[in-house]
This record gives sequence, C-alpha cells and structure tokens, in this order.
Amino acid sequence: MNNKPLLTDGMALILSYTPYYAIVTHCLSGCAGNGCTVFSQRTFIIAGQLLMSDIIAARSGTSSVRTLIGEAQSRIGDRVFYALCVLASVVILATIAGILFQLVSSSQLSIAKFGFGFLTGSTWDPVMEEYGARPFIYGTVVSSLMGLALALPLSIGIAVFLVEVAGLNVRTIASFLVETLAAIPSVVYGVWGVFVMVPFIQEKVGMPLAEKFGESIPLFAGPAVGPSLLSAAVILAIMIIPIITSITRDVMLAIPMSQREAAFALGSTKWEAIKIVIANARWGILGGIILGLGRALGETMAVTLVIGNSPYINSSILQPSYTMASVIANEFTEATSDMYLSALIEVGLVLLITTFVVNMLARFLVWSVTRRSIAGGRQ
Amino acid sequence: MERRITISKSSIARRKIINHIMLGLCALSVVLALIPLALIMFYTVKEGISALNWDFFTHLPKPVGEPGGGMANAIVGTLTIVGMASLIGVPVGILSGVYLAEFGKGMFATVIRFLTEVMSGLPSIIVGIFVYTIVVKPMGHFSAYAGAVSLAILMIPTITKTTEELLKLVPQTLREAGLALGAPKWIVTTRVVISAAAKGIITGMMLAIARIAGETAPLLFTALNNRFWHQGLDQPVASLPVQIFTYAVAPYDDWHAQAWAGATVLIMMVFILSVVVRVVAGGGKFTVQQ
Repeated sequence: MNNKPLLTDGMALILSYTPYYAIVTHCLSGCAGNGCTVFSQRTFIIAGQLLMSDIIAARSGTSSVRTLIGEAQSRIGDRVFYALCVLASVVILATIAGILFQLVSSSQLSIAKFGFGFLTGSTWDPVMEEYGARPFIYGTVVSSLMGLALALPLSIGIAVFLVEVAGLNVRTIASFLVETLAAIPSVVYGVWGVFVMVPFIQEKVGMPLAEKFGESIPLFAGPAVGPSLLSAAVILAIMIIPIITSITRDVMLAIPMSQREAAFALGSTKWEAIKIVIANARWGILGGIILGLGRALGETMAVTLVIGNSPYINSSILQPSYTMASVIANEFTEATSDMYLSALIEVGLVLLITTFVVNMLARFLVWSVTRRSIAGGRQ
Repeated sequence: MERRITISKSSIARRKIINHIMLGLCALSVVLALIPLALIMFYTVKEGISALNWDFFTHLPKPVGEPGGGMANAIVGTLTIVGMASLIGVPVGILSGVYLAEFGKGMFATVIRFLTEVMSGLPSIIVGIFVYTIVVKPMGHFSAYAGAVSLAILMIPTITKTTEELLKLVPQTLREAGLALGAPKWIVTTRVVISAAAKGIITGMMLAIARIAGETAPLLFTALNNRFWHQGLDQPVASLPVQIFTYAVAPYDDWHAQAWAGATVLIMMVFILSVVVRVVAGGGKFTVQQ
C-alpha cells in the first residue's frame, strides 16, 4: 500500500465537474451509443472516488458528512430533502392557482356589472364608470399580428442562414448577436423607440404613406402621428425576432441530415434542399411563430411608450392605439374606485387567458416536432 | 436531343440564380435584424454618456428644472429587489428542478412541468397584478418585498427548467455509483448530481437574474417608485427600470437625458452579466448555447 493521500474533498468536487463538461460536449457532438458506454465507466470511477473521499473524510472526522452517514439520519435526511423538493414544486402550483383565483375574484365587480359586454363595449370612461375592453383587445391583437408579419420572414431567413449557410464561427457570433436582442430590457427598447424610432417612422414612413394613400386607403389615413400602431408593430417585431429565430433554428437542427443529403443526391440546389427542410419543420416553426405571438401579446413597457395610448379604435395604422398590457401599466395606480380597479384586473384576466391559450398551442406544436426527430438531427 | 440539353442547362442556370438570390436574402435578413441592435447600442451609449457622470451613481434625483442629480437610490433599489428576489426564486427554482429530474415520474410531476411552461409564458404585468392583490393590498402599501416577490415569480420557471434539463444530462451511473457506496439519496443528489451540473445551473441562474434586473412592468404597482432613499423594505422603493420609464414619459428634456443615462447603465449591467456568464460557462472561452 502506498501512502499517497486519497482524494480530498475539494479535489473530488473539482473532479465531479469534469464529467459534466464531457457529457455536454459529448451530447452536442451527437452522442453515439458506443461513446456513451465507455464514457459512463469513467464517470463511475470518478463518482466512486468522490464518495470514497467523503466517507474517508467522515471517518477521520474532518467532514460534516460524518453525522449524516448514519442509517437513521440518512433516512430522515432523505425525507426532509424530498419534502423540500415537493414543497418547491407546490409553490409553482400555488402561484398559478393563486394568479387565476386572484384575477377572477378581484374582477368580480366588473364581471357582474358588464358581463360579456365588457369584451365588446368600446367605451372606456373612468369618469362615467363605463368600461369596455374592445379598443384594447383590438390594439393588442392588431399590433401583435403586424409585428409578427414583419418579424416572420426575417426570423426564418436568419434561422436558415444560421443552420444551413454559416460556418461555425459566423454562426457563433451571429447567434450571440441575435440573442443579445432578446437580452435588452423592454424599457430600453421603449426609450430608444420613443426618442429615435418613432420620429423616424413618422417622417420617413408614416407621412409619405399618409400623403400618397391616406385619401384612398383608410388603413393609411393621416395625419401621421408619431406614436402609433405601426411604431408598436415595428418595436414588437424587433423584440420577437430572437424568439422565432431560436425556435426555428432548433427545429431545423432536429431535421435529419439525410433529408438534405437525399435532396442533394437528386441534384437539388442548396435552396431547394432548404425548402424541403423547412417543409418538414413547418409545424415546429409554426409553434415558434405562435410563441413569438404570445410574447408580443403580453409585452408591456416598450409598447406603452410607443403606441400613443388612446382608447379608441381607429382603422388607420398611422394613428395611436392602446393595448391591454399598456392600459394596466398606465392606469393601475391611478384607479381610484373599486369598479375601475376591477375593470383593469378583468382586462388582465382577458390577457392572461389569451396568452395562455396561445402559448399552450405553441408548446404543443414545438413539442410534437422535436419529440419525433431528436435522434437523427443535425448536430 | 440537343434542344433538350439547352433547356435543362437554362433551367439549371435559373435554379442556381434562385439559389443564390434566396441564400443572399437569408444573409440580408441577418444584417437587417442587427441594424436595430446596432442602433439601440449606438444611441444608448451616445445619449447616455453625455448625461452619465459620477453624480449619477452617487446622488438622488433632483426636482424638475434643477440640472444634475442621479439615480443612486434607483441603482441601490434595483440591487436590493433583485437580491431579495433571488433569495426566494433561486432555492424554489433549483429544488423544483431537482424534484422534476430526480423524483418526477408521476401525475404530479407532469402537472408541475406543464405549470412551469405556463408560468414562463405569463405576461409580467399579470404577475404585477397578482402580487398587488396578495401582498400590496393586505399590507396596505407598496413595498420592496412586493417587488421582490413579483420578480421571484418571473425567475422561477427559467431556473426550474434549466435545472431539470441539466440534471437529466448527468448519467444514471453516477447516481448508482453513489447509492452503491451506501450514501443516502439526498447526499448523492446534492453532492454528486448537483455538483456535477453546478456550472450549468449557475449559468441558468445568472441569466435569469439578468432578465429580471431589466423588468419594469411587475414593479410598477408592487415596488412603485421613490424619489428618496427608501425607509425600509416594507416601503416603496425606486428601481432603475421604473425610474427610466418615469423619466421617459415625462415632458422634460433633462429628465429624458437622465432616462438615457439610466438605460445605458441598465443595458451595460445586463450585457456584462450575460458576457461573463457565457465566458464562465465556456470555461474561459466565449460560447453560445447551440
């Protein structure tokens, strides 16, 4: 027997990090069956060393683990740990249940008074205590759909570029930059939007459109003001591009390489092969699109700053509008009467239900595609 | 025969041209998407730098009309609220992730997984309303606690999902090795499984923190705002995002300048945090999640 010291606690902990990195890189480079088996033998040994060191440290009395190794205590430890984990999960359950309950119960006053008329009424008049949410529903849906229409072609183009065209270095940098778009706080988008983008859109897009088509097409009726549905749509488009892009990219990566190879073997060009990949990934891409829509529907700060906040339905996209999230953000702290507060919370309830349905549909679509083809996907 | 060849040649040429055009458009769309990013960065830095000075970090906001002043209280407020939110959100997120990865097989786990998805899609303003009804209303006033609870709710689903996914990547043999050596399950989970995935979990945690640091909507009617140093955690407290919003909607030019400066500080905070996280996750090399 040699006298080499066995692994110390600290060394063992460092060692225990190693397998994790190996696993991740392994999985990323397309984990094949054989590689994994060989690999797990190594991790087995490391895990053994780690625990041996713990036990030895415990015997020599240098570790707090000593007291916990005992049979009875370990059973208590297991139970306490399990209970904590369950408790944390119950917190999630309770939060969602609580949100639903609170929103429904706090909006009772308004639900009882207006009923379904709340959704169709187009008067929002806190002075007369007359509340109808139609202008907000209209503004939310139209600005989100317009933002989606602007973001969609760009996002799919970016995803195709990242997956099919770019080399690894370009892909790393471009991915990072697009993801940075997602990391910019909403309020910063808003500040940039209201001081830089809105004047630009008013001068360079809104005014020429209103001048040329304002008379004939009600969609572009002037006068073009700065904060408008159009401005909101543009800022929403910028904000949801990273979401649609990353989902589309993941779904395209999940389409097996053999699909592309088959297309190339038949003599197709790269673009023709990409079309086949996109066609196969269509449900997942649709899921990404709907997920982007869900994000756009609930977006608050950036939209509040650029949409103009006017509770009237106007057919022109160059006129100000209002969204459900914005009206809550602007008026919640000003709501003086119980009915006013209740009506605002009911707007929140409508928003919650809308985003919930939209998000669930999206998750289901993405899941249905990635579940099938994880195995043969491109790396 | 010859004619057929010419036709197919021209059609090949046409297909090749379409190929180049479409691939070119894809590259163009990357450029188009990066223009707003560049513009936002450019303007934030350009407008922000002029209003940014030492006073900004050390002084309270000045009343309208008086030049100068800073957002020291808002910066401290943001750090306080985010710190408190992490104290609630991180343990709950990690433990529920552990539950889903290590114990979660039955109906309850399926429900929790589903609810985590629901939670990550919640509009942040809805969380604000919820916390208003359960914390602000019973307490009778806006507070830092309420702000922290709302941000915690927003960070939990991210951490839960990251933890679950990373723990599932840890091979089963590691757990078996630990159990075979006689260690109780909770020791195996905390000392072997979690520490094997620790770096990834920390990365996810930092990204979640970076995300909530910029959240505005849920703070509007939970932490509210405060022009002065806050008088305690049960009192309204200023935060950087809310302060930026307040200044941006106000009609005064020097407040707009302050809003830009605040935006610069906020964006730098978030940006530095996310670059640091990527470098740490890549073991000293800059990486992007693929």
